[in-house]
Amino acid sequence: MLTFILKRLGLAVLVAITVSFISFSLLFLSGDPAAALAGETASGEDIEAIRRLYGFDRPMLVQYGEWLFSALRGDFGESYYFKLPVASLIADRLQVTMLLGLCGILFALLTAVPLGVAAAIRPNSIIDRLALFLSVAGQAMPSFWFGLILIVVLAIQLGWLPPSGASTWRHFVMPTIVLGYYAMPAIMRLTRAGMLDVLESDFIRTARAKGAGETRVLFKHALRNAIIPVVSLAAVQMGFMLGGSIVVESVFALHGAGFLAWESIARNDLPTVQALILVFSMFYIIFTFLADVLNAWLDPRMRSA
Amino acid sequence: MTTPLLSVKNLNLTIPTGSGTLHAVRGIDFDLHRGETLSIVGESGSGKSLTSLALMGLLGKSIARSADEMRFDGIDLLAANRRVMRDLRGNRIAMIFQEPMTSLNPAYTIGDQLTETLLLHRKVSKSVARARAVELLEKVGITAAESRLSQYPHQLSGGLRQRVMIALALMCEPDLLIADEPTTALDVTIQAQILRLLVDLTREMNMAMILITHDLGVVARVADKVAVMYAGELVETGPAQEVFATPSHPYTRGLLRCIPQPGKTERGAPLGTIPGVVPSLIGEVSGCVFRTRCPHARAECRAEIPQYGTPSHGFRCVYDDGALSEEGEFA
Repeated sequence: MLTFILKRLGLAVLVAITVSFISFSLLFLSGDPAAALAGETASGEDIEAIRRLYGFDRPMLVQYGEWLFSALRGDFGESYYFKLPVASLIADRLQVTMLLGLCGILFALLTAVPLGVAAAIRPNSIIDRLALFLSVAGQAMPSFWFGLILIVVLAIQLGWLPPSGASTWRHFVMPTIVLGYYAMPAIMRLTRAGMLDVLESDFIRTARAKGAGETRVLFKHALRNAIIPVVSLAAVQMGFMLGGSIVVESVFALHGAGFLAWESIARNDLPTVQALILVFSMFYIIFTFLADVLNAWLDPRMRSA
Repeated sequence: MTTPLLSVKNLNLTIPTGSGTLHAVRGIDFDLHRGETLSIVGESGSGKSLTSLALMGLLGKSIARSADEMRFDGIDLLAANRRVMRDLRGNRIAMIFQEPMTSLNPAYTIGDQLTETLLLHRKVSKSVARARAVELLEKVGITAAESRLSQYPHQLSGGLRQRVMIALALMCEPDLLIADEPTTALDVTIQAQILRLLVDLTREMNMAMILITHDLGVVARVADKVAVMYAGELVETGPAQEVFATPSHPYTRGLLRCIPQPGKTERGAPLGTIPGVVPSLIGEVSGCVFRTRCPHARAECRAEIPQYGTPSHGFRCVYDDGALSEEGEFA
C-alpha cells in the first residue's frame, strides 16, 4: 500500500510539473505579452521598454524557472488589472469557491449515492423512475436557468433565501443546490449501474448463502465494490467544482475564483490566468491522487497496479 | 427407518417469461438422511442448480416455488420466514458454488470472509472465529493457513479459492452441505483432490451432502444415492450402485453410454451420444419429457407417467419392467 501511495505521489508531482510548464507557456502562446501590456496605442519603443522591464527578452526556460520558483513560495506576481499580488487575490476569491465546491459535491454525493442504491435495489420501481426523472432533468436543465428558477421561487416569491451575495450560510443554499444538482445525475447513474452489476455477482450470492441480512449484503458486500468508479468520477467532479463555476457564481453574484478567471481572461490579465490555471490543475491532481488512494483502500486488487 | 434430515415432495419451480410460463422444475421428490450423499445428475439447464437454490431460499424474485412438503430437520422450509431462513443459511445448510474464481468478495480478506459466517451465527469473539478459520483452512489442506487469513481472493489460485469456499461452508458445522458442481471450474488433478476432500469431510462431520454434477464419474465415486434429472424432472432415483448396475430409464442408460468405461469401451470406438435437444418447457408440459429423444417412444409416453420400480429405486418410464434390452439403443 505504501509503495502504491509513493508511486502515485511521484506520478502526481510529474504531472504537476508538466502542467505548470504548460500554464507558464500560455503567456507566450497568447501573443506578445509586452505588446498586450503596452496597449494598442503604444509605439515600438514603448513595447521594447516594457519587454525589458518585465524581463520578457530573456530565454523562456530562465523565465519559467524564475516563475516556478516564486510560485512555489506563493508569489505569482502582480495582477496587471487589479494591481494586487495575484496570490492574495486568488486566496481571497478561492474561499467562496472552495466552500461552494465542497457543499456542492457533498450535496451531489449525499443525494446521488442513496438514490442510486435505492434505484438499483428495485429496478423499474417508483424510486427508480423518480431517480431516472431527476437525473434526466438534471442533465437537460442548464444551470443558469435552474438557478434563476430557484431565485424566482425561493428568494423572490417565497422570500425564504437571499437571492445573491455570499455573506451568510443562507446565501450558499441555492448555489449549492444548483452546482450539486449539476454533478448529481452522473454520480447517481454510475452508482445505480455499479450496484445492479455487483448485485448480480457470485460473491453476493455467497454472502446471502452465509446467512447475511439484506442490509449487510447491500452495504458491506455490494456498495464497497460498486462505489469504486464513483470515487474516481466524484474526484473529477470535485476538481471541476473547485475550479469554480462561472455560471453559478455569476447567477448568484458570488465573486469566487470562477468569476475571477472569467474577469482575468476578458482583461488579458495573464499572471492571474496563469496562476488560476495552475491552482485549478493542482486541485485536479490532488483529488485524482486522493481518489486513487481511496480506491486502492477499497479494492485491494488496485494496490499492485 | 429414521425421519430424514431433508424431505422434499413435489417441488415445482416456474418462471414467467414473455412467451408463457416456464416450468423449470416439476414434481421433484427426494429424502436425505444424515451422513448420506445424494448426487443430482443431469445436463446443463436441467434444473439442478435451481433445485438447490430453492432449498436455500435463494431463488430470484421472479421464480415461483411450490411444493407439497419441504422439511429440514423438522423445520417447514415452505412456511419459514426470512429470519428463519437466514438463521439456517450458512449455519445449518451451507452451500459451495460452481465458480470459485468469483464467489469470494474481492474487497475483503480471506480471514474477514471466513470469520463473518461464524460471527453471524454464533456469539463468539473474533479471536475464536479466527482460530476456527485457521483450523478449517488446515483441514481443507491449505498450508500456512494463518498467513492466508490476511490475503485477498485475487492472490489465490482457483483450487485454493475453492478450498476456501469449502472451509467457509464448514465454518458453522452445517448438517447439510449443498455442493453445486464444486469441481467443474477446476483442473482435472485438482478436481479429484477437492472431491476426495468433500467426501472425507462429510464422513468426518457426519454431514448430509447434496452433490450436484453433470459428471457421472464423480457420482460413481462418491454418492450413496443418485437422482437423475432431465428437463426439470427426476427421471430415475435410487442407490448409486443399483442405478449404475441396472439403469432403468432410457435417459440414464443414454448418459452412461456417454462415458468410456475401462475394459468395456474399445480403443477408438465412438462414445455414445443422445441425439436431439431438450424440449421447451414453456407452457403445459405433459407425459414423458424424454420421449422426443427416446428411441423407444410410443403412444403411451404422451400420457402421465407414474413412478415405477421400488420405493428405493424408482424411475418414470412406461417400460416399467426395467428389462429393456440394451441392443439397438441409440444406434
